[in-house]
Amino acid sequence: MADLLRVENLAKRFGGIVATDDLMLDIRDGELHAIIGPNGAGKTTLIAQLSGQLSPDSGRIYFAGNDITAVPMYARSALGLARSFQITSLFLDLSVLDNVALAVQAHAGHSFHFWRNARSEPELRDPARAALARVGLEGRADLPASALSHGEHRQLELAMALASRPRMLLLDEPMAGLGPEESTRMVAMLRELKKELTILLVEHDMEAVFALADRITVLVYGRVIASGKPDDIRKNAQVRDAYLGEQEASRG
Amino acid sequence: MTRAFDLRTALGIALLVALILLPVYVEATGSRFLLTLFTRIVILAIAAVSLNLILGYGGMMSFGHAAYLGIGGYAVGILSFEGVPSGFVQWPVALVVSALFALVIGALSLRTRGVYFIMITLAFAQMTYYIVAGLARYGGDDGLTLQKRSQFIAPVNLSNKVQFYYICLALLCASIYLVWRIVNSRFGLAVQGTRSNDTRMRAIGFPTYRYKLTCFVIAGTLCGLAGALIANHTDFVSPAMMYWTRSGDLIIMVVLGGMGSIFGPLFGTVALLVLEEVLSGITEYWQIILGPLLLLIVLFARGGIDGLLGKVRHG
Repeated sequence: MADLLRVENLAKRFGGIVATDDLMLDIRDGELHAIIGPNGAGKTTLIAQLSGQLSPDSGRIYFAGNDITAVPMYARSALGLARSFQITSLFLDLSVLDNVALAVQAHAGHSFHFWRNARSEPELRDPARAALARVGLEGRADLPASALSHGEHRQLELAMALASRPRMLLLDEPMAGLGPEESTRMVAMLRELKKELTILLVEHDMEAVFALADRITVLVYGRVIASGKPDDIRKNAQVRDAYLGEQEASRG
Repeated sequence: MTRAFDLRTALGIALLVALILLPVYVEATGSRFLLTLFTRIVILAIAAVSLNLILGYGGMMSFGHAAYLGIGGYAVGILSFEGVPSGFVQWPVALVVSALFALVIGALSLRTRGVYFIMITLAFAQMTYYIVAGLARYGGDDGLTLQKRSQFIAPVNLSNKVQFYYICLALLCASIYLVWRIVNSRFGLAVQGTRSNDTRMRAIGFPTYRYKLTCFVIAGTLCGLAGALIANHTDFVSPAMMYWTRSGDLIIMVVLGGMGSIFGPLFGTVALLVLEEVLSGITEYWQIILGPLLLLIVLFARGGIDGLLGKVRHG
């Protein structure tokens, strides 16, 4: 299948630090593509550029064949590119359902409606409840988002990304800070989602990455040092030196 | 707004009923002064309601909101001075000019955040203050006395104190209702999402700037209305109406009453102005008492008076 997202010669520097260095990347339609790399490899910077939060110094980003390099963040989301955040980034003082309903509302035309009570509009609330049900949070809908546990926050993040009906999800460390049980649940959830969506996954949890990814790209100092199927990455000597411990590589 | 009835709504409505009945009490006791005080309270409550829309619901810490009081007031004052006494002209002009000012101030200041936003809104308000103080034709520093209150067709007569009071009160109720509708609409939820997490709002697809700017303009326009009313109330406009300490007073009313609550600004305005009145009757150093009281509210009752009435509501 064709590439859904293509990155060409992307570069971003912060002062003397090169965060993204002439980076090339192809994400095929329908795959779960993982990005791994040691701390400071520029993974979050890359996601920020893909979602439009940061603009690159040079290079091009294509989504579904269109050049979106100059498209602002809110408009990328409208094109079907949804992002979750590494550090939980929610509307903590709104209810769980409001959080997801806002994600639905974002794609339900403009919001210059001043009169009708948006909290009783089924076209916002129903899809929001459905997205909450998919991540297993339907029982928490009316709590303030601040009352949820960390693991539930990650689930809520995912529900919000889903509610915008994206073609592609950019997931920035969805397992960060999760306990073993919550991680297992998240992996199961992502396995379900990858049947329907193209996913770009940035993750430190190697077990999860190798369990889920169709292809893996390894970043070091903002450069791609390897890209391929999980088995090829595991065998790649350069990757082993740069990143994976010997133990990790020798494990089945 | 899901629960139909709770303590704060009950108290809000009770307060409105008391305000409706006030002229009856005034009539019985002959206390004209009370009517004047409460007309002022009702008008400033409209200004506080408008500030609450951007400060409480939108998270926009505008430190220049009194500018619109002055602009609305001067629109009435200048038109009256230039021989246009009709309220049908004066009031729409007051609203439109306030909206335009808010559009310009908002368009520039909303590009910044935090302390810079506070400073820019403050700077604009002070700039407006100095410009108006420099208008020699309209009295400059000394202000401008209105020869006549805004003229409407009979039987509306703003010079009738009781009638004017009821007009202000009706406009206050309309403002509260308007804000209540707005904050529960799609637009209102978008604005509250922006207060909560602007970056995330943009990430999920909201062009937040234009929603914040629209909200800012609505609030400025509504405050311009309060300005037109206050000019009619005092029969006088002066640059002091928009001095930065007046913006500070409005913020205190909103914070005292409870930011981001429907009746909060009304509670806050009544509480602050009544306290001011009572305390200044006790001692001329009344601010020494008022200061610590405000401090206690901010330290121990984050949600203001509204917060004391029940747990903060979420959706």
